[in-house]
Formats: sequence, C-alpha cells, structure tokens
Amino acid sequence: MLKVLRYEIHNTIRSKWVVLYTFFFFLLGYTLFSLSGDVNKAYISLMNIVLIVIPLVSLIFGAIYLYNSREFIEMMLAQPIDRKSLFTGIYFGTSIPLASGYLIGIVTPFLIFGKVKEQTEGLIYLVLIGIALTFVFSAISFLITVLQDDKAKGLGLIILIWLLFSVIYDGIILFVVYYFEQYPLEKVMIALSVINPIDLGRILFLIKFNISALMGYTGAVFQKFFGSYLGVLISAVCIFMWIIFPLFFSTKIFQKKDF
Amino acid sequence: MIEITNLNKRFGESHVLKNINLSIEAGKVTAIVGPNGSGKTTLIKSVLGLVKQTVGEILVDGENINGIFNYRNKIGYMPQTAKYPDNLTTSEILSLVKDLRENRDSNSKELIESFNLKGELEKPFKNLSGGTKQKVSVLISFAFDPQIYFLDEPTAGLDPISSSYFKDLVAREKENKKTIVLTSHIMGEIQELADEIVFLLEGEIKFKGTISSLLEHKKETKLERAIAELMGGGKH
Repeated sequence: MLKVLRYEIHNTIRSKWVVLYTFFFFLLGYTLFSLSGDVNKAYISLMNIVLIVIPLVSLIFGAIYLYNSREFIEMMLAQPIDRKSLFTGIYFGTSIPLASGYLIGIVTPFLIFGKVKEQTEGLIYLVLIGIALTFVFSAISFLITVLQDDKAKGLGLIILIWLLFSVIYDGIILFVVYYFEQYPLEKVMIALSVINPIDLGRILFLIKFNISALMGYTGAVFQKFFGSYLGVLISAVCIFMWIIFPLFFSTKIFQKKDF
Repeated sequence: MIEITNLNKRFGESHVLKNINLSIEAGKVTAIVGPNGSGKTTLIKSVLGLVKQTVGEILVDGENINGIFNYRNKIGYMPQTAKYPDNLTTSEILSLVKDLRENRDSNSKELIESFNLKGELEKPFKNLSGGTKQKVSVLISFAFDPQIYFLDEPTAGLDPISSSYFKDLVAREKENKKTIVLTSHIMGEIQELADEIVFLLEGEIKFKGTISSLLEHKKETKLERAIAELMGGGKH
C-alpha cells in the first residue's frame, strides 16, 4: 500500500486543485484576520466556512479523482498488487494531500498574524475537526463512487449527500424539535447530533467557545455531555466510525468489481 | 501456459462469455479475433483478474488465479487505450511499476532507445501525443521480461516504424518461448504474427486452430475472407 500511496500523493499534490484549495483557506484566513481585529470573530467565521467547504470539496474531489483513476486502476490491477492495498493507497493518496492542504492553508494566517497563542486550543480544534471531516467525506465519496459507475449519477448523488448532511439534516432536527416540543428531547438531540459528522464538528466548536450558553437549557446539556471526556471520546469514536464503515464497505465492493 | 475451463461471465443480464474452454500454449502467438463486443477484451481481463468470472476456472502455469495476485509478476499487459496518471511522468510510471514487480527491469533501455522515447521521459503523461502514449504502454508491458503477454490491439496508433519494430519485438519474444496473446482487427498483422487463431462470436469460441487450418477449412487464401465467413458475412 505504501508504494501506491507514495505515488498517489505525488500525483495529487501536483494537481492544481489541491494548490487552489490550500490557497483558498489561506486567503480566507488572511482576509478575515485583516478585516477584523477580533480573533474570536474571525475564528467563528472560519469555522462556519470550514464546515461547509471541507465536506463539499472532499466529496467532489474524491469522486472525480476516483472516477478519473479508472484507467490507472486497470493498469495497476494488471500488476502484482492486491486490490485492498491499491484501494486504500488511493484513498489515503487523495485524502492526505487534501488534509495537508487544509492544514497549511488554515495555520499560515494564524502564524502570520501571530494569533496562535491567543487561540491555541481553538486552532487545534479547527485543524483536527477539518482533517477528520476530510477523511470522513473522502471515505463517503469513495463508497458512492464504487457503488455508482456512472459519473454523472455518482456526482449527483454526492451533491445530494452533501445537502443531506449540511442542510436537510438540520431541517429534520428542527422538525423533530418542533413536533415533539412537549417532550424532553435533550438526549435525543445529542444522539442526533452525534450521528451527523458536520453537526458534531459544529457542536464541538461551539462548546469550545462557550457559545452554548446562548442555547439555554439544551446548550447546558450539550456542554455537560460534549465538555466531558466521555462526550469527546464518543464524538471521536463516531467520527472514526464514519471513516471506517464507508472505507470498509467500499473496499469490499472494490474487491469484487469488474474493470 | 494458460488453461481456461468452463469460463462464464455475466454482466447483469448479458452473458458475455459462454462456456469458454481454451488452452493457450507457451512459445506461440495466439490471436483472439471476433467482431466488436464479442468478448475478446473480457476474456483477456478475466485471465488478468480485472474481471471476476461468474463460473469457471483459470489456471496460469498450473496455478488457479482465484484470490491470488502474485502470478501477475509473469504477465505483461497492454490495454486497448493507454491511460496512466496524468501528472506522473513516464519515468515515474516506470519506476512505480518496477516497485511493484519482482522481476527486474531488463528491457527498458533498449525499448526507450528504439522508440525514441528519451526526450519524452520527463514530460507529464497528459502532455504526450496519442502515439507516444501507446509507445509508453508497450514500454511498460515489455520492460520487465514477463513470461506471458496480453496485447489488446497493440499497434493501433503506432507509426509504421514503431509498428514494425513492435512486430519484431513480438517475434523475438515468441522465439524466447513466451506465451503471447493478442487481439487485433488488422488481419495482415494477425497473419504475420499469429500461429493460432481463436475466433469468438457472441461470447462463444467458434473456431480454434492454426491460420492454415482455418484457410483450408474455409477454402480461402486470405485470412480476412475466412474470418468474414466465420462471422456469417462475406461471400456465400
């Protein structure tokens, strides 16, 4: 797997998209810090954009990359290599450059403006959650891509999945809250939030910033859960599951696939 | 030596390969011919493990290929269209394949020289012309001295000089007792290179034998005519 990984990373890093992606986060951070002296405000804006952009880009980049790698996969499978190593090699070969691009792009403005000390813990959260989301949504996009051979349909499905996680899911939560407002929903809300990796990321950010106080009683319950070690552990396990399961199933499907 | 027993492949509803029983001997060039969509590429890909057979057994040098991958050390495969990662250069692709294979690179120097590829080695693959891409594909399949070759329409896109060099290369590998399987729509090429012909029609083997036995059987002097007759067209 490491051999494939090395070449894949080489290939991905040279594609202009990863460079653009890195530059995008750099420019974003740079602009936000230039416009506002308040590091917290800039940080919140960054977080909101990160939560939308990373899942979208990871999904689309992963899918396009895998669809375009079809001939490469054919060539590699004619060589003495097992399918599992090849597939995981390609997965990490796309997700690691994306994650590194994000890391460089987001950390540089903090360094330039000397804001690292002011917001060390926040920056660590921002980086870790961004990287975790990159791996989660790359894995989901690989699963969709091996399930759907048709590129147009696959990309359509990818957009739909992104909408589902970042918009529709919140709608469903709102609906649940509204419909069952007479019931104590705090535990259900925690469960629902843990299921969606984007929501999970958002809540972890919010808790770190004590904005949960604005959310009243629910906020307090969230603070209690996500602020505890157990809560952080459960969140981490959930995000990890979102990487493991799609990757496991897509590898299984890939092993039986015809090329 | 490749032995295929009772090979069947279905893609959903369509039955692409039907009860293929075939043994391909070493030291000979076997040409697989048939109209478009007759299953030639699927047959080759089944032996490579790119396509998983629905039913049947494939032995390469006596070893059942189901679930194993090391046997591909013995195989050099040239696909119908040469497509490699766009941003990698030819020399990087070559060293990637070298990394994966056990056998040493013994022919690449000569191939690079003969195909005049020296100036192209450091260019990204996407910037190469169609013919050059095809030459890179020859280079990669021949460089590691494999025992078995699968060449899927190898000369399509090659200029006459490269094409004739390529044919010499195939002839030389045949002398070296290699197993060579090729597909082509150019009958002249098949007549020049092949010893055995396997004719596929709608996933079934309709004829297998030497070129001379096919010509005799169909009472023709030209291979093209004989093949056309097998397809059910041509003169009656």
